[in-house]
Amino acid sequence: MWQFFHKLGSPKWFFGIATRFMPWLLAIGIILLLAGLVWGLAFAPKDYLQGNSYRIIFIHVPTAFLAQSIYIMMASAAVVTLVWRMKLADVFVKTVAPVGLVFTFLSLFTGAVWGKPTWGTWWVWDARLTSMLILLFLYGGAIALDRAINDEKSAARAVAVLVLVGVVNIPIIKYSVEWWNTLHQPATFKLTEKPSMPVEMWVPLLLSVLGLYLLFGWLACLRMKTEIVMREQKTRWVRELVMAGRG
Amino acid sequence: MHPIRKKRLTIVLFLVAGIAIAVGLTTFALRQNINLFYDPTEIAAGNAPVDVRIRAGGMVEEGSVARDTDSLKVNFRVTDYAASVPVQYEGILPDLFAEGQGVVAMGRLNEHGVFVADQVLAKHDENYMPPEVAEALERSSKGQYKSADVEKAAETTAY
Repeated sequence: MWQFFHKLGSPKWFFGIATRFMPWLLAIGIILLLAGLVWGLAFAPKDYLQGNSYRIIFIHVPTAFLAQSIYIMMASAAVVTLVWRMKLADVFVKTVAPVGLVFTFLSLFTGAVWGKPTWGTWWVWDARLTSMLILLFLYGGAIALDRAINDEKSAARAVAVLVLVGVVNIPIIKYSVEWWNTLHQPATFKLTEKPSMPVEMWVPLLLSVLGLYLLFGWLACLRMKTEIVMREQKTRWVRELVMAGRG
Repeated sequence: MHPIRKKRLTIVLFLVAGIAIAVGLTTFALRQNINLFYDPTEIAAGNAPVDVRIRAGGMVEEGSVARDTDSLKVNFRVTDYAASVPVQYEGILPDLFAEGQGVVAMGRLNEHGVFVADQVLAKHDENYMPPEVAEALERSSKGQYKSADVEKAAETTAY
């Protein structure tokens, strides 16, 4: 197990494995996401109370899931950065933060668009919406801090500490709807219970969530590969790679 | 594990644990301010301040909605099935507003215990179902649960 873990730290090894997995992630991701979206937006039954406006759930929920999952992954990578000083962990945190920012923004935006006809307002300062806004700022802060420090290693450590400090926000987002009175409704999906939604609604939702996770995997690999090539441009394997690419 | 890494890992764990405790205590101390609204039981018990802008939330009581015929004035009661508070509002209500549905109203509590709202938001619950299922549920539990209102709400939101 430790051997695998140390191998994972090698940018060259990761580059190879990522190149092999990426087409699969992209293809399966697109198929699942398209299937989920087309089914959800066009064929799933409408809601008895909200009519068609609930369909934004098929975009809102996947982006919100991703926004939080990416942060958890970044925090795990931050621990690896601080404890094991692994290069690849820095690369992951740095390249994935803007993706998380975009997903967080999308979930806030789709939520606001849905909130206007459903609640009667675009925005309300309840615990769920506010903690999600804090997540957006945490992503922004991590990106800004990384850009502000020139030295690669000190930037990586500073960002890792910031990301770790912000990880307390994740359980707050998750449980905000249970701990406090909020306008946002509690989770429809629970790990332990049946979703409070019929099958023909949650299956397309599940498909689009899985599809978006796979597409995120693809995008993360792509961004990490680019960053690795940039950082390792002086090494022999990257030079050989570039030469081979030129043919 | 290498002793230096072990040490670093302990520091990291202490950092996260310390911040979690700090944030936990802060939010616990501020829990009343983080709550978006007071529920009717709290208002009835006199825990909500009078003549201060607050929010009240709960379910719209069945059969309590009285609309004024020549203006936008609406009177209704908000309940949590333990206590209820009369609400006065003038303005356009959101589409999902219906008897038996959740609402959050913003406004002031006057000295007669009436909540004068200047904004009413509809609160949606976590349940989603197709209209046919909702109708079937209606039929099986006829009379005891908001029959007319669901249909009315379904009509108004079907766009």
